[in-house]
Amino acid sequence: MPKHKITEALDRLSSKKTVRYGVYLTAVTIFFALILLPPILGIIIKWNTMQQVLNQPQLMARALSAIENSFTVALFVSALDIVTGIPMAWLITRGKSKWLNVLDTFSDIPFIVPTAALGYSLFLFWSDLGGVSSLFGNPLVSPGWLLVILLHFTFSYPVVVRVVVGALLDYKMEYEQAARTLGAPPFTASRTVTLSILKPSLIAAFILAFSRSISETGATMMVAGVFENGPVFIQNMKNGFTALPPRVDQATYEGSIVFASFILIAISCVIFALIRILGPRLKLPIRKVWPTFERKLSYSKASTSRNTITLLIFFAIILIPSLFVALPAFEAILTDTLPKSLSGVGVWGEYWQSLILSYSLGAVVTVLNVIIGLPMAIIVARRKFGTLPSAILDVLVNIPLIVPSIALGVSLAIFWKENFAFIPEIWLLIFAHLAITYPYFVRSVSAAVERISVDLEEASRTLGAKPLGVFRTIILPLTKYSILSGAIMVFTRSVSETGATLAVVTKLQTAPVVLVNWVTQKAPSLQIGLGCGFLIFFSFIILLALRLIVKGKGRY
Amino acid sequence: MPDVRLVNVTKRFGKIVAVDNVNLHIQDKEYFSLLGPSGCGKTTLLRLIAGLIQPDKGEIYIGDKLVNNVPPEDRDIGFVFQTFALFPHMNAWNNVIYGLRVKGFDMEKAETIGHEVFEMVKLHERLDAFPSELSGGMMQRVAVARALAAGAKLLLLDEPLGQLDAKVRNELRYEIKKMVRDLGLTAMHVTHDQSEAMAISDRIAVMKKGKVLQVGTPEELYMNPKSVFVAHFIGESNFLEGYVSSISGKGAIIELRGEIKVQTVDKSAKIGERVILAVRPETFIVEKGVKRNKNSILGTIERVTFEGTNMRYEIRLENQDLIVIVKPSLIEEWFNTGEKITASFPPERAHVFVYPEAGLREEIAVE
Repeated sequence: MPKHKITEALDRLSSKKTVRYGVYLTAVTIFFALILLPPILGIIIKWNTMQQVLNQPQLMARALSAIENSFTVALFVSALDIVTGIPMAWLITRGKSKWLNVLDTFSDIPFIVPTAALGYSLFLFWSDLGGVSSLFGNPLVSPGWLLVILLHFTFSYPVVVRVVVGALLDYKMEYEQAARTLGAPPFTASRTVTLSILKPSLIAAFILAFSRSISETGATMMVAGVFENGPVFIQNMKNGFTALPPRVDQATYEGSIVFASFILIAISCVIFALIRILGPRLKLPIRKVWPTFERKLSYSKASTSRNTITLLIFFAIILIPSLFVALPAFEAILTDTLPKSLSGVGVWGEYWQSLILSYSLGAVVTVLNVIIGLPMAIIVARRKFGTLPSAILDVLVNIPLIVPSIALGVSLAIFWKENFAFIPEIWLLIFAHLAITYPYFVRSVSAAVERISVDLEEASRTLGAKPLGVFRTIILPLTKYSILSGAIMVFTRSVSETGATLAVVTKLQTAPVVLVNWVTQKAPSLQIGLGCGFLIFFSFIILLALRLIVKGKGRY
Repeated sequence: MPDVRLVNVTKRFGKIVAVDNVNLHIQDKEYFSLLGPSGCGKTTLLRLIAGLIQPDKGEIYIGDKLVNNVPPEDRDIGFVFQTFALFPHMNAWNNVIYGLRVKGFDMEKAETIGHEVFEMVKLHERLDAFPSELSGGMMQRVAVARALAAGAKLLLLDEPLGQLDAKVRNELRYEIKKMVRDLGLTAMHVTHDQSEAMAISDRIAVMKKGKVLQVGTPEELYMNPKSVFVAHFIGESNFLEGYVSSISGKGAIIELRGEIKVQTVDKSAKIGERVILAVRPETFIVEKGVKRNKNSILGTIERVTFEGTNMRYEIRLENQDLIVIVKPSLIEEWFNTGEKITASFPPERAHVFVYPEAGLREEIAVE
């Protein structure tokens, strides 16, 4: 097929080293200028306001207690997710039933359900007397720390399962087979060989689950009750400041936000660095074996029990509570709430506007991520700036992932408003969502690029392809599913994003923000249920579309 | 002490029949090779014996025990993988004693056995090294040591030397054979390299497309191939097409292209049957000029290649067939390109096969 003139011209340009490195440097500059630094600098600018908190011992104690709660919950929940997610991932990849593809899709649900809807759903299931509590007459789990733990356990579970499934699919079965031929029953082989080899993926899964737990705001708000973790504390201070009359003065408000955000970011970074350094040295317990006992654990009865418990936990604690919000939606269909909602009457006008804003924002952020994230993914995967600088960049790319989204939003808002006072809110939104979603995209694509042998690129060059041509004809086609996967993750993360959005905007409302408002204002349950139902339904369509586009590629 | 018996064993993957109704009996303490081109089913067969996959039909016996439903960890085997499959997170020592640990061996005993096995594979200075720090040859020694350490009496080797360079391959093949003999093991060795199989095996099974074509000692397979494929796959053969024109007291007389008649000792061929005559390159006698001997054909030397030990001659016969003759370079006189020669062969060294239904090219294809 004859090359388009523009393509040819671009290809030729890409031969020049200066042009190529110009593109890479631009991507790195954009990363620092738009994604990494604004969230951090915003806090540094308002550093002095921290004094307000330090001067108020009670407030500081409250802030520190909230932060401690954040980390306690995150560590506990991440460990729990690993322990329960591994058997699920095992079942999905090693099981023999044809229903496992369905199970695979279902395990994604808590990830794609917008966190606002998820929070409300869990509240309805565990606390509301219309849920499981109806069996007991009293709320089974009232809003508070236990419900927060259940929530965080739920939304991080799919992340762990997805990472471990991917690792198991890439894993060479030969190692386990070798262990079996040496006399190890399946359980021993998995424990002493497979899990150890998968350790980097388990660490990655732990970090992702941990980050999600630290940063999540929107859903936590709905189930926290009087319990405060970091993000809830920040949001409560914001509510106090924006209340009429204000309960909190501006200096105290800004000070507590900066204080809490700074400590959350700093400690997260330290934990992250510690995991990176100590993780590879962590030795899983593989020296001891218990031949008779582990043999019993390997075969039918034990593995059936294990699978049954895994599925019970999944359905009873994760899936059904996540979808529970859909129930009022069905009821709403039978009443006049549905026609009202579709006609955009009353509150529904604002709802549909917010939905359109959410999905448009998601689309814009996705496209921007692809444009600025692709060069960065290549820089990291192919170590374009040398081993050490590229490794550092690799670590820096993860930082927005671990910064609590509300802290990120607050910091970002401070940064941009201090420097560009009249910046339109829509740009603040775009920058915030870009910062939060960027690591998902770069991680996904850089891992895929790394898996492509350099030999293929070199072969392409020896056959006459210019660097851009190599990218277009070799890298892109071979990574398109990872790019698609990254784009979908970015889109759904953006649509479900609440915490940072609440922090940066006062006038614009995305769909999760509207839902959070409806819940805090105690709107009718049919209305909230239907609002959540629509959001879940559309997210489902997107997930289904994704599965169809990558059909036949196995369980990715 | 295990012998291995396969009775009517079949394995399918979707529509592909990887192992097709195979019957084999490997004797106790025998070094037995499964030889064939890629995709012939030899690795599948080995994995069936190991219990890594299950047969669709048939029975597998190790010793006198039916093992169809016995998992790999209970079959008391040692398996050496083509890609070594050394556990990357364990050093050489821990890889080797892994089997002893999971079987619950006393640690002192495990130490003793571990050291013995490392001595056997001559790798005692690299106990602490991780697989990523070892060369291919060393990794394979560790893999063999690991398979031997737990004391299994049946050793299964899946193309164990495939990833190694030629010199290392040649050394290791004899070392493995010696270890197996010294330990009194039964071994089953999968390979596509016929010189490797011939060098170390007591018996070989030649496989193609899931079926066992012939089982025999290396000498039997080389001297008496029972099919065109075996004649081609083991060693080298020249194939000449023709018809059975008559039967004499000695055997069938084959008429080749160009009405050239040659005598064979085949007694089963029928008059008029289309056949293939197979003659090994080193069997021919070559003389300068035109000599009318028994079973002689005139030809011209088209190409001469010096191969070190041998001279290799490609010869265009008078009937336009092309043959290859190989002669020791230091003993026999050399011929030159363009020279006219007479090639002849003893009747008893030629094999007659019925012309294959699918055609000669298809029959000897190794893909």
